[in-house]
Amino acid sequence: MKGKVIKYDQNNINTDLIIPARYLVNSEPKFLAEHCMEDLDPEFNQKIREMHLSIMVGGSNFGSGSSREQAPLAIKTAGIKCVLAPSFARIFFRNAINIGLPILEFADLKEVNTGDELEINFEEGKILNLTLNKEFIIKQMPAFLHKIISSEGLIKYARKQVLNN
Amino acid sequence: MGLTITEKILRDHSNEKNASAGDFILANIDKCLANDITAPIAINVFKEIIEGTDRDVFDKKKIILTPDHFAPNKDVASAEQCKVLREFAHEYNIENYFEQGRVGIEHCLIPEKGLALPGEVFIGADSHTCTYGALGAFSTGVGSTDLGVAMALGKCWFKIPQSIKFIYSGRMKEHVSGKDLILHTIGQIGVDGATYKAMEFTGEIIDHLSMASRFTMCNMAIEAGGKNGIIPPDRITEAYLNEKHKVNYKKYISDKDADYFDIIEFECSDLEPQVSLPHLPENAKPISEVDAMRIEIDQSVIGSCTNGRLEDLRVVAKILKGKKIAPKVRCILIPGTPEIYLDALKEGLIEIFLNAGAIVSTPTCGPCLGGFMGILAAGERAISTTNRNFVGRMGHVKSEVYLSGPAIAAASAIKGYITSPDYI
Ligand code: SF4
Repeated sequence: MKGKVIKYDQNNINTDLIIPARYLVNSEPKFLAEHCMEDLDPEFNQKIREMHLSIMVGGSNFGSGSSREQAPLAIKTAGIKCVLAPSFARIFFRNAINIGLPILEFADLKEVNTGDELEINFEEGKILNLTLNKEFIIKQMPAFLHKIISSEGLIKYARKQVLNN
Repeated sequence: MGLTITEKILRDHSNEKNASAGDFILANIDKCLANDITAPIAINVFKEIIEGTDRDVFDKKKIILTPDHFAPNKDVASAEQCKVLREFAHEYNIENYFEQGRVGIEHCLIPEKGLALPGEVFIGADSHTCTYGALGAFSTGVGSTDLGVAMALGKCWFKIPQSIKFIYSGRMKEHVSGKDLILHTIGQIGVDGATYKAMEFTGEIIDHLSMASRFTMCNMAIEAGGKNGIIPPDRITEAYLNEKHKVNYKKYISDKDADYFDIIEFECSDLEPQVSLPHLPENAKPISEVDAMRIEIDQSVIGSCTNGRLEDLRVVAKILKGKKIAPKVRCILIPGTPEIYLDALKEGLIEIFLNAGAIVSTPTCGPCLGGFMGILAAGERAISTTNRNFVGRMGHVKSEVYLSGPAIAAASAIKGYITSPDYI
């Protein structure tokens, strides 16, 4: 996949920053997306739309805090196609994969900036920064996690399995 | 390089015969569990997956449903939730659905029924599913989506965790139990000290520790952020299983040259009973310090999946025998399962509790998560043998929960402030 970066150079971007608890009363994905990241960056949605950004880059321990599945859902619905960070909190990682949002561990934060265009090859574990013309090797996404992602989430993946046999 | 018990169990349940810590696997699960809060969502996920097909659940024997959190139905909403479980269980002939009256607090009930065994991969849509690591199983909490998928496919994906080895040495003082070991551990490493890691409990103290105390320790692995707690099975595990069930299982132990993320040692000869002050389990302090603070209490709760076993009740009965609960204190005792309740009755423990002026409840999670049967008002304080003392956990956001083992909770109920049986 290809896309442009929106970067937050900050560790511990927790689920309260991603989607504040005050919005959990409504589980409509579009509603959640509108308020995604608003306490950290009120212009998150506007930037994504106007600059056509779709790859989110954050600091380590991304997604810490509560187990709310609404956090990755808000990010995904806002139009983000992939999240890169040096490390993710355990349940956020699970939830992101389960709802079909690819997330990858990527440590070279200095090598990408907001607006850079990246090309990500999940199978080969490669990230190419087209703007800087630099390539990075990352850990490959395990084949079946990739299958879950490309099925748009665990429920649809499981449904496919059921229908196929 | 050798492997840890956690790595071995997970590897053997997947098709990746060379997998080790850090690798992702799709594991075949042995059992999956949900309760009256988490099952309704998981059941919806399951139905979405199989819709329009004639597919059944992956295995009728391996799904366990326990209406224990807000049951006996505390209100109309909880009655509706429990009804969803009941109807699903009957529609799909789920063998291990436990109706109210026969259900207990899930993490007390499941080992008692022989439904968690060494070497198994066990998942539950409840964070304290890590309890069964005490039997040498890989056991962990997952989300409702994971559980719904597991009910359909019998599989769950994992990243195999690195392990932290904890070694406990020395000789424990009287009134020190597994609860004190784990509160002390969390106090030392913090509530995120083992995030994502397997916590493997070992050492001479563990070698002699009762099953009840082992369950308590593994139960609270999640309170340090752990993915699972685990104790390699030994003669104590075997004796426990043989007494209750003649079953076959596979025993795994860690290799001598296994690779650990960290090894942490605790010398416990001087360890006192611990109390975790509000509002985090990591605020653990020795009882001598807390006693000096003269913290008055309104309620003492003894029970939960952490400390609702017969051994815990025996400790309490010894302290309460012939004594009276302090005039302004409510002491609530909750045996973890009907069997524990009955055993306590036969041993005369229930009589001791009632004579002391305590409340004895039917098995339920109840006050542990602020559900019912012992909610705190604003400004009230409880000493509790449960596992979480977060803000508002047992009721009003301005109430306070102090965590301890059963001995401290019983002594405090008599005195009216947090203290130890050693000081009575
Ligand atoms: S007793 Fe408390 S911690 Fe244990 S399962 Fe029930 S609510 Fe959860």
